Amino acid sequence: MTAITPLSTGPHGKRPARIFTPARIMIYSVLLVAALYYILPLYVMIITSLKGMPEIRLGNIFSPPVEITFQPWSTAWSSACTGLYCEGLKVGFWNSVQILIPSVIISILIASVNGYALANWRFKGSEIFFSILLFGAFIPYQVMLYPLVIITRELGIFGTLPGIIMIHTIFGMPILTLLFRNYFASLPTELFKAARVDGAGFWQIFFQIMLPLSLPIFVVAIIMQVTGIWNDFLFGVIFAGSKNVPMTVQLNNIVNSTQGVKEYNVNMAATILTGAVPLLVYFFSGKYFVRGIAAGAVKG
Amino acid sequence: MHSVLIKDLSVSFGSVNVLKDLNIEVADGEFLVLLGPSGCGKSTLLNCIAGLLDISEGQIFIKGKNVTWEEPKDRGIGMVFQSYALYPQMTVEKNLSFGLRVAGLPKAEVQKRIANAAEILQLEPLLQRKPAALSGGQRQRVAIGRALVRDVDVFLFDEPLSNLDAKLRSELRVEIKRLHHKLANTMIYVTHDQIEALTLADRIAVMKGGLIQQLDEPLTIYNKPRNLFVASFIGSPAMNFLKGKITGTSSAPSFTAADLTVSLADYKAQGPLTSGRDVIFGFRPEHITIDNKPGAAGLSCEATVDLDEPMGADSLVWLTVAGKPVSVRTDSGRRYMPGEKVFLHFNPAMASLFDAATENRI
Repeated sequence: MTAITPLSTGPHGKRPARIFTPARIMIYSVLLVAALYYILPLYVMIITSLKGMPEIRLGNIFSPPVEITFQPWSTAWSSACTGLYCEGLKVGFWNSVQILIPSVIISILIASVNGYALANWRFKGSEIFFSILLFGAFIPYQVMLYPLVIITRELGIFGTLPGIIMIHTIFGMPILTLLFRNYFASLPTELFKAARVDGAGFWQIFFQIMLPLSLPIFVVAIIMQVTGIWNDFLFGVIFAGSKNVPMTVQLNNIVNSTQGVKEYNVNMAATILTGAVPLLVYFFSGKYFVRGIAAGAVKG
Repeated sequence: MHSVLIKDLSVSFGSVNVLKDLNIEVADGEFLVLLGPSGCGKSTLLNCIAGLLDISEGQIFIKGKNVTWEEPKDRGIGMVFQSYALYPQMTVEKNLSFGLRVAGLPKAEVQKRIANAAEILQLEPLLQRKPAALSGGQRQRVAIGRALVRDVDVFLFDEPLSNLDAKLRSELRVEIKRLHHKLANTMIYVTHDQIEALTLADRIAVMKGGLIQQLDEPLTIYNKPRNLFVASFIGSPAMNFLKGKITGTSSAPSFTAADLTVSLADYKAQGPLTSGRDVIFGFRPEHITIDNKPGAAGLSCEATVDLDEPMGADSLVWLTVAGKPVSVRTDSGRRYMPGEKVFLHFNPAMASLFDAATENRI
């Protein structure tokens, strides 16, 4: 005879939650170590930027500042020297803003129309066109630098604001077009068909039907472009011209200057200031930012 | 006069022929249903009529006008899609008026037409809502309304009820039928649901592999299917098929399969029934009766009950005849036990006979 469990005993109701199992403790401690590992450099940067030079010379890089000073931040912003000029990072910041805003707007406008046309208005050779455009995403930038220098020179825009804006627009095109095409292709085609039966044309469908549905992908595209263009160094140093150097280039000039004393606190403050824009974009658009990264990963 | 005329239409994607030399003439005010399994080309045909798909060969006329190369909006058609395809960011009213606003109609006219469509489809209380706040049935009514306000000659429906649950589907089916009676427009309706086809259609075009298998009135399709495909596709529960031979003389032919022999004297054949020909004998579950005693000679046989499926109004009884399973629809009043011996009475006048090789009706 097998023993029969009495009906009143044994498990009943909700299964009790067990929080501190060995596996849980393991997972959380690994996560904690990983988090500390990544936060530590940022911590060092912030505390160093708040110390004065005498305190830094003591060499305790992990200890918090005894005397908090914001002097390095204001120096970095308004009077740090880059080469001959000592006007701080603010020059580079405004240059970067001037490059960023038109580049983001123009590249996204063109790419969204491209993506819409490729997804919905299949024309003869549209697949080939798309393949060629995608191929552009795989060519290393360095290969194209010299030809582009010559092209922009011949166009008379080398070393000017329009020049650097054009470069950013061109290089954003493949990945942005792919992004928009895939998004528009994921919208139900019946919506597009219905609009055509209703008599709407290319632009009417784009502006009245598609655009109101594509806010998420625009946010993703803006995030991708803002972080990408803001962090760009190579194009800025080559195409922007000395009057328009972006913040990254200026930061490099400050940090890597070989003359005089290394002002670590100013360098740290300048670096944080430069990284602040992508950081803020990240904080204010968390989930879209992750999507943007994921979409960027498609590039391969 | 014809309303839609399709002449020698072919569509191919690369080397794949989706439609081949199709010819259909749809009369004014007719309700035509395109019926077939998925991939048979029925939706492709509808998209061609709408102008949403470029054709490879042939011509399309709507109301006597050659619209083969016309844009969808210039064809005088309205279309209703399976997924409703309502513009999600617009209210019901804006959805209805979108086409009219694009066409630049005066405001007063737009208002008049919306009011008219909203009344017919009982959409008045919903006009200011967005599609997300509507139920499936309401959304589909808005989609129909969008075709209605365009004041067109031909309505195209692309599986409009497939996304709805069974109850709503039968309700909207009735509504569409009423709408057709009221408007008397030409309607072309694509579906894979044979009940929708049989209940709605004036004529049904059964399609398979890009070809029209049969184009006839619903009851003709049901009772006199032209080939084996149509016979097996239409009808639920499906038609029974027995493989066998023609026997007997040409004046008194019979169908024989194993130990079963059915006299075909009452069967109206389209050609001579020569003895020895391989045929498939088809009969619907409701065209056969179960009895306790044998009937007239040559029209009856003994069978063993396998299974009894009561379905409420009637029962479906599965039996073994000549070694093959056969289903019979019968009154649900009497239950049958597995293994029970009964007699079946055939009705050859309502049966179908197909050539075993060509699968065409004899």
